[in-house]
Amino acid sequence: MLAHEFMRNALVAGTFVGLACGLVGYFVVLRAQVFAGDALSHVAFTGALAAAVLGVDILAGLFVATVLGGLLIGVLGDRARADDVVIGSLFAWTLGLGVLFLSLFTTRSSAGNGTAGVRVLFGSIFGLSGSDVRTSVALAVLASGLLLAIARPLLFASLDTAVASAQGVPVRALELGFLALVGLVAAEASQAVGALLLLGLLAAPAGAAHRLTASPYVGLVLSALLAVGSVWLGLSLSYLVPTLPPSSMIIASAVGCFTLALAATAPRGRAAGARRRS
Amino acid sequence: MPTPEAAVFQGLSWNPLHDLHELFSYPFMVNALEAGTIVAVMAGVTGWFMVLRRQTFAGHTLSIIAFPGAAAAGLAGLPVALGYFSFCGLGALALAGVAGSQRSHSGESAAIGSLQALALALGFLFVSLYHGILIGLDSLLFGTFLGITRGQVAALLGVAAAAVTLIAVVARPLLFASLDADVARAGGVPVRLLGFGFLLVLGLSVAETSQITGALLVFALLVTPAATAHQLTSRPGLGIALSVAIALVVTWLGLALAFFSIYPVGFYVTSLAFALYVLVRLARAL
Repeated sequence: MLAHEFMRNALVAGTFVGLACGLVGYFVVLRAQVFAGDALSHVAFTGALAAAVLGVDILAGLFVATVLGGLLIGVLGDRARADDVVIGSLFAWTLGLGVLFLSLFTTRSSAGNGTAGVRVLFGSIFGLSGSDVRTSVALAVLASGLLLAIARPLLFASLDTAVASAQGVPVRALELGFLALVGLVAAEASQAVGALLLLGLLAAPAGAAHRLTASPYVGLVLSALLAVGSVWLGLSLSYLVPTLPPSSMIIASAVGCFTLALAATAPRGRAAGARRRS
Repeated sequence: MPTPEAAVFQGLSWNPLHDLHELFSYPFMVNALEAGTIVAVMAGVTGWFMVLRRQTFAGHTLSIIAFPGAAAAGLAGLPVALGYFSFCGLGALALAGVAGSQRSHSGESAAIGSLQALALALGFLFVSLYHGILIGLDSLLFGTFLGITRGQVAALLGVAAAAVTLIAVVARPLLFASLDADVARAGGVPVRLLGFGFLLVLGLSVAETSQITGALLVFALLVTPAATAHQLTSRPGLGIALSVAIALVVTWLGLALAFFSIYPVGFYVTSLAFALYVLVRLARAL
């Protein structure tokens, strides 16, 4: 399996993408901003297609669109706590724009490019070149480093906003910065698993980690490990059975982890549910 | 009968009466307008409750689940509508289960997000297994507003009537349960049952709508007109009426604009709806 260059590229890029998604995803779930991640994944789709229509580098389009999208969600939302109706309206429109760019792109370019939209939506991790891999490793390291640098104050601000701001933590700046960071990771991940599936890598490993442990640092590491593990498992499955697309298998593995974690912690969950009902 | 592709390039004559006559002279356009009207009414009503109940994310996930449903039905050689309805029904069940079992809001959002990603992954898997319909994928995701038949319009009307009637019957207790779940529960309202029933109706309308607008664009008609209506009034009856009215206007205008230009319907409908929402937000902020 490691003899093929495309497979080595996919594994290296996938590992780092998984790492960044797992780390950032932990905070996305903690702050209940999965919906914002969902919206950013659609922004990524539109951004990539816009770049394709304008003829500029697709990766650049992805980054500009998702980072701006993250900031916009932060600014529009009520004190950046990401109001879901605002996000919903915004990304419904983003999708509409994406459809426009898709139709522009497919009518303008000659036949054979009809699958460009599909590639953007569902990724092409087996098609990454050596330089793609270097870019995505660098970006993943950058995103993970930034996140770890702000991890402590961000954790404080996420768990108790009022006390954190009273202590002089720049809550608002952290919230905006975090959403921009989610945008960065969204752009990074849509290369690997596609704009529509990156939500799975953000939400599922982190959701599993949250179920399994309440300790933030253990959870953060666990979330990253599960995300990287899902990428490896997904890639191996897809390599062994070539008809299975890699992005689907990666997400299926991640969601599998989450389901197992739910099942493992189910008795506690049911007891809590019963308490709430009584 | 001219094909949609041939017709959309004709352009405006800038004579309103002539243009309107032109618009209604094509059967496919009449079908699209009727289907759009039905969908807009249904989406306006269910969307208003969806926004009220803060279930935007769940609604979006349900609309995504329609995509693997259609792809699975295509793969198995079954009628596509069957795939839409069974997957959306299952999705509503799963979402209701998720909403009831999670301890915290963050756990719930992670579960919904995972469900949605799984649905998309499955959809893509089915499409890849079913070789060679990658072009069809675009229409599964983004719909074919201009290829609607009479039979589809009739089916749409049936489903919409059922969905709107169901909501009308439970409107009062549903409103109560949405606004204050604890008090409603104490007052003997079956809150959990209502929550599940609402998700089911939402799934039903999404399944029906996404056959026309595609899985990705249903959501625009569900959320944006309703969000605008919630900005304008907090009175339930008026709000629902406004939400329906906005959805109708946006759909009609979007279809007409798409008819006279080369750009897709989805772009016009979402842009008009969003522009209206932004205008209302700005007007309220001033």
